[in-house]
Amino acid sequence: MTARTTSAPSGSVGSAVTDGILVGWRNLKRIPRIPELAIFAILQSIMFVLLFVFVFGGAINVPGDYTSFLMPGIFAQTIVFAAGTTAIGMTDDINKGIVDRFRSLPMSRSAVLTGRTFSDVIYNAGILVVLMLTGFVVGWRVDDIPSLIAGFALLLFFAYGMVWLGVWLGLNVPTVEVGQQVIFTVLFPITFISNVFVPLESLPEWLQPIAEWNPTSTLTAALREMWGNGAPPPTNSLASTEPALVTIVWVLVFIVVFGPLGVRRYRSMSR
Amino acid sequence: MDAITAEGLVKIYKSRKNEVRALDGVDLTVPEGTVLGLLGPNGAGKTTAVRILATLLKPDSGRATIAGFDLARQPDDIRRVIGLSGQYAAVDENLTGSENLWLFGRLYQLSSAEATRRATELLEQFDLVDAADRVVKTYSGGMRRRLDLGSALIGRPRLLFLDEPTTGLDPRSRIGMWDVIRGLVAEGVTLLLTTQYLEEADELADRIVVIDHGKIIAGGTADELKSAVGGERIEVVAHDRDAIPRAKEILSRDCAGDVTVDEHTRRLTAPTSAGAGALVQVVRDFDEAGIRIDDIALRRPTLDDVFLALTGHAAEEETLTDEASTRSAA
Ligand SMILES: Nc1ncnc2c1ncn2[C@@H]1O[C@H](COP(=O)(O)OP(=O)(O)OP(=O)(O)O)[C@@H](O)[C@H]1O
Ligand SMILES: [Mg+2]
Repeated sequence: MTARTTSAPSGSVGSAVTDGILVGWRNLKRIPRIPELAIFAILQSIMFVLLFVFVFGGAINVPGDYTSFLMPGIFAQTIVFAAGTTAIGMTDDINKGIVDRFRSLPMSRSAVLTGRTFSDVIYNAGILVVLMLTGFVVGWRVDDIPSLIAGFALLLFFAYGMVWLGVWLGLNVPTVEVGQQVIFTVLFPITFISNVFVPLESLPEWLQPIAEWNPTSTLTAALREMWGNGAPPPTNSLASTEPALVTIVWVLVFIVVFGPLGVRRYRSMSR
Repeated sequence: MDAITAEGLVKIYKSRKNEVRALDGVDLTVPEGTVLGLLGPNGAGKTTAVRILATLLKPDSGRATIAGFDLARQPDDIRRVIGLSGQYAAVDENLTGSENLWLFGRLYQLSSAEATRRATELLEQFDLVDAADRVVKTYSGGMRRRLDLGSALIGRPRLLFLDEPTTGLDPRSRIGMWDVIRGLVAEGVTLLLTTQYLEEADELADRIVVIDHGKIIAGGTADELKSAVGGERIEVVAHDRDAIPRAKEILSRDCAGDVTVDEHTRRLTAPTSAGAGALVQVVRDFDEAGIRIDDIALRRPTLDDVFLALTGHAAEEETLTDEASTRSAA
């Protein structure tokens, strides 16, 4: 009757890693089974590219080519929405009873959240690759390969921060539908009050500092600078002179705030 | 040894508007290797009790030990020896049946090979071999239910919690599930089972506990509960409505207690302690009086009678037991 092997007991580091990978494996396994989710995430971003390049692009004045200016912003916007995907996945798992199943098993307590964050970063990496290829097709170019890799890494690091925001959000909303509403009303303004689609100078003056420090903007500015994609001349604010640094600080803030909040919320599910 | 002991479990769900005392001081003991049936109407607190004992929910007060481990302090140890199949199937819709079982096996800390072996065994046991490589989304409700029970068994738990395991199953699947459960019990698994089907508790449980409004209102074997509700009864359906008063007279002479009459169905019911002897007497007297009857039977109380009597939805107030009347007084 002792079917259990002598593998690491729950609570040990070994089991935390193995169980986290197993949960992540499960999350990734689901993606091709519901291809619509990934397809529409990509289509949504492509639609933004088409809309802004062909419909509004002519009316927006940027230094250089508008497509080059826009693409880094589209990548950043896509990654901000990573929080939404994660939140919906998390809420869905709770409501379908999967999280209860996990909680009744002798597995590592942290694995449900670490597995979720790990799989969702990989998922977003996949989405980004498809979008970048699309970008190349419509004429987006970067200066060199190392800068492309550095920018990609910064995007994934940003995704990791957003995924923790998503975990916390997903644990706090009652249903997937409410989650979608929250995402729509919170994330859309965040990505629009930014330098993603227009140069900051074209925004109302009082809005400019907010938009400038918006993490979406700092990420976009950092990418434009790295890739030589029509970065506007820097202002004298730190968010504009050191956008990559500010972005990294933003991500650390997200992880430090929403990581513990999410973990605490997850633990209190037994109340 | 007792596999489950619980004392004074209280669980209060607080929301902004109100408070629900889902469990209001529940004591339970389940000896190792036995089956406890937890019976109760909707909202009685069955699921809450199961979730607490399976470590998913913390009680507001009270204590419990599961397989000798303290519920509050050793939840990890408890999870290593229990299996849980909740009220709603908790399997991943976008994984296949075998992927689900393998994943839960791995997370139960089985090795990959062992998890694969167990998954194959369980798919066979639950008649899911043909569907093993289909995503669960394509399964019927009954198939999901079976896969869920299989998931609970993946680690060969010594102690099993099943929350309404046969709700939504067709009669054949239900009987099949009962066989599976009996097999597990024969192997020595301790089982706590909740159900709405009294027949199921009758079939499977060694002891039954009836719970309502978060309180235990009765407990015992099925037979004990039935005799607590009242002994045997004679039921007569008169052919003519006009004959009812005379029939009532005969019944109250031949039987021991008050006769209840349902004018609509022309059904008369009277408790008796003389069993078949009383039945023969009644038949003879009816014949002599020339009363035609459509049906006559000696009825033993079913668990349905117990359930209705104890949870206070019974039409026949006089069958309420002492325990049940304390509840309605509370
Ligand atoms: N999460 C919750 N929040 C608030 N109230 C709850 C919650 N879960 C259950 N309740 C309430 O607690 C009581 C007991 O619920 P429980 O689910 O334990 O009943 P049950 O006996 O399993 O019923 P059923 O037969 O319908 O499954 C009910 O009144 C229910 O409304
Ligand atoms: Mg229930």
